[in-house]
Amino acid sequence: MKRLALALALIAGPAFAVQPDEMLSDPALEARAREISKGLRCLVCRNESIDESNASLARDLRILLRERLSAGDNDTEAVDYIVARYGEYVLLNPTTGGANWLLWAAGPLMLLLGGGLAWGYLRSRAPAAPESRLTADEEERLHQILED
Amino acid sequence: MITELGHFALVLAFLVAIVQAVVPMAGAALRRPNWMALAIPAANVQFLLIAFSFGALMHAFITSDFSLKLVVENSHSAKPMLYKISGTWGNHEGSMLLWVLIVSLFGASAAWFGGALPPTLKARVLSVQASIAVAFLAFILFTSNPFLRLVMPPFDGQDLNPLLQDPGLAFHPPFLYLGYVGLSMTYSFAVAALIEGRVDAAWGRWVRPWTLAAWIFLTIGIALGSWWAYYELGWGGFWFWDPVENASFMPWLLAAALLHSAIVVEKRESLKSWTILLAILAFGFSLIGTFIVRSGLLTSVHAFANDPERGVFILIILTAFTGGALMLYAARASAMQAMGLFAMVSRESALVLNNVLLAVSAFVVFVGTMWPMVAEMAFDRKLSVGPPFFDAAFTPFMVVLGLVLPIGALMPWKRARLGATLRKLAPAFALAVAIGALAWAMQTGRSALGPVGAFLGAWIVAGAAVDLWTRAAGTPARLARLPQADWGRVTAHAGLGVTIFAIAGLTAWQQEDIRVVHPGESYGIGGYTLMLHRVEEGRGPNYFFTAGIVTLAKGNVDIAELRPEKRVYPVSKMPTTEAAIDYRFLRDVYVVIGDDQDNGGLVMRTYIKPFANWIWGGCLLMAFGGLLSLTDRRFRVAAGARARAQTVPAE
Repeated sequence: MKRLALALALIAGPAFAVQPDEMLSDPALEARAREISKGLRCLVCRNESIDESNASLARDLRILLRERLSAGDNDTEAVDYIVARYGEYVLLNPTTGGANWLLWAAGPLMLLLGGGLAWGYLRSRAPAAPESRLTADEEERLHQILED
Repeated sequence: MITELGHFALVLAFLVAIVQAVVPMAGAALRRPNWMALAIPAANVQFLLIAFSFGALMHAFITSDFSLKLVVENSHSAKPMLYKISGTWGNHEGSMLLWVLIVSLFGASAAWFGGALPPTLKARVLSVQASIAVAFLAFILFTSNPFLRLVMPPFDGQDLNPLLQDPGLAFHPPFLYLGYVGLSMTYSFAVAALIEGRVDAAWGRWVRPWTLAAWIFLTIGIALGSWWAYYELGWGGFWFWDPVENASFMPWLLAAALLHSAIVVEKRESLKSWTILLAILAFGFSLIGTFIVRSGLLTSVHAFANDPERGVFILIILTAFTGGALMLYAARASAMQAMGLFAMVSRESALVLNNVLLAVSAFVVFVGTMWPMVAEMAFDRKLSVGPPFFDAAFTPFMVVLGLVLPIGALMPWKRARLGATLRKLAPAFALAVAIGALAWAMQTGRSALGPVGAFLGAWIVAGAAVDLWTRAAGTPARLARLPQADWGRVTAHAGLGVTIFAIAGLTAWQQEDIRVVHPGESYGIGGYTLMLHRVEEGRGPNYFFTAGIVTLAKGNVDIAELRPEKRVYPVSKMPTTEAAIDYRFLRDVYVVIGDDQDNGGLVMRTYIKPFANWIWGGCLLMAFGGLLSLTDRRFRVAAGARARAQTVPAE
């Protein structure tokens, strides 16, 4: 209960996530920093990005990220820098490496499986002898007969 | 004294539920009418006992009886009355008692409204429902007893978590539980039908109102939770793909699938076996949700108490009920003969596609939620699966669902002509493209999200209008005479369109401003001017606050005075933010204040959130559509008709 209260306090504190004093003066760089920090996890929080969190660790990470970007890192380099220090856990968007392919492929695979089963079922439900459609020739003749 | 009576009533309810679970089931097998008939008084008595027990607990909260451990831990004498009452279920033990109260309420309602069910089916349904109650009553009595006393009662309580002291959240859990547990009724019908070995159109008709009710409650519960997060957590987020949110979202998706497949059972006597499976899975996911929240396996903001021992107990319940039902299903499903034949292009097929998409999207949410645990146990990798994954992996299914929805809804049963259906929808498509293009032209950024969302939302809403117009055969006079189920379908579909549009619009077009503001300063965002007049400090009933007095102006006209606050609750030593929101039809202006700065300024965060209210407006429309459908004449008139339910004749 105490741990939870702490977690809640971290989340709900009146201090904000991104503070004015952290923000970079270059708007383009700041926008990049905001975008990246939405995908980085605040490690001491419950399922929050460092962009949303007001824990002090999240603040440190935001400042670190902005330092890397100011130093000229591109987005991937900056993220790699943080992952190298804090581990894969920091990524809210899981990589596709290793067994994670299964995570990403789970939906499409299930769709194929479910779609296949559904297709089989639908075919079994289709009337055995579908009503014969008129061919173009027959259609033409029918038209003539009706016009006569 | 009342507390002890409540405790005693709970034990008694446990015994009654055991009797109700065993005797009618045996009676149905041995064809003993009086054994079966026992189910009805037992369901009533069980409900009354649990209701009394719940009332006793609530009484302890209202009177602030601090000799009760639970009251001490979750209440305080200075707390407003509403939150003393909602404190009853704002904790683990009380919420489980609420859960089991709703289980017995649904059981009792099946006894009240199920007058014309075949006696054996009714006995079995009530017996299965009672067995769920037995499991959860045992869980409460043996691991989470709310009626434990303290030897040394303290002078005052430790207060309810301040985040939970909110009107939106006071009613969030009851609605959510009505939804979760409503699915237990569908589950009981499914298991009873499996034991009975008979699923027909009548079964489809009996089970559909329960599913609808559960789905309506889930929709409202989820919307309330999301709305609460929006105004309370202080940055206007409305959905976080948090494990506990996912826990409620998976049953919602499956209940939505079940609603649609039960129509096929009712009208066409097809998809029976799948519907039964879905009913079992939907309740299974409700149990998984409970397990996720209560076990601490995947901890999150919402899990107010968790404990491994309780987790194991719920895991056992989960395995027993889902596993048992699935084994029964494996043994009996083959006996279910589908009757109706239909062409590949037909409403039946469209509903199958709906089910595939909804079920697979629920599966994606499930895999994403469980993956961090799987990866840690199986591959020794500690990783996170957050919103970016769900946005990427889940959204495509919703987009496809939205695209095919208007087409499927317009198709006739048995055999449809795709070309004819599409031609009817041509005006809706043209309108949707126009609205999407308008959104594209008006926005400043290059993101495709807004225009695509606008197109999709308009397509679904306009498609619903075409649906209604077609149903009325193009005659306005017939609109009023359409069955309520038609109105319900169209309203709910339009609601989905509104919500999809609003989510895309809010995400794409939100504006944000963060700065330090001194009293007397003003600043502009998105065409509005905000001015911080002064900062006030003071105390509320059980908290201290700092409030900023802000005026919002457009041009030279003042639109609103806003009062964002931050609060500190001294008893629980927790701070909260109270955002000030100027709600308007097309946009919200959302203002939050933060820390004082050394130079006397105040950090202020301002958002312009377009179409924010439409998210929950769409949810309300969906729920209202469900309600219209639920009150359709055919359920009132024919709910229990012994005569074979009216079906579309097979070819």
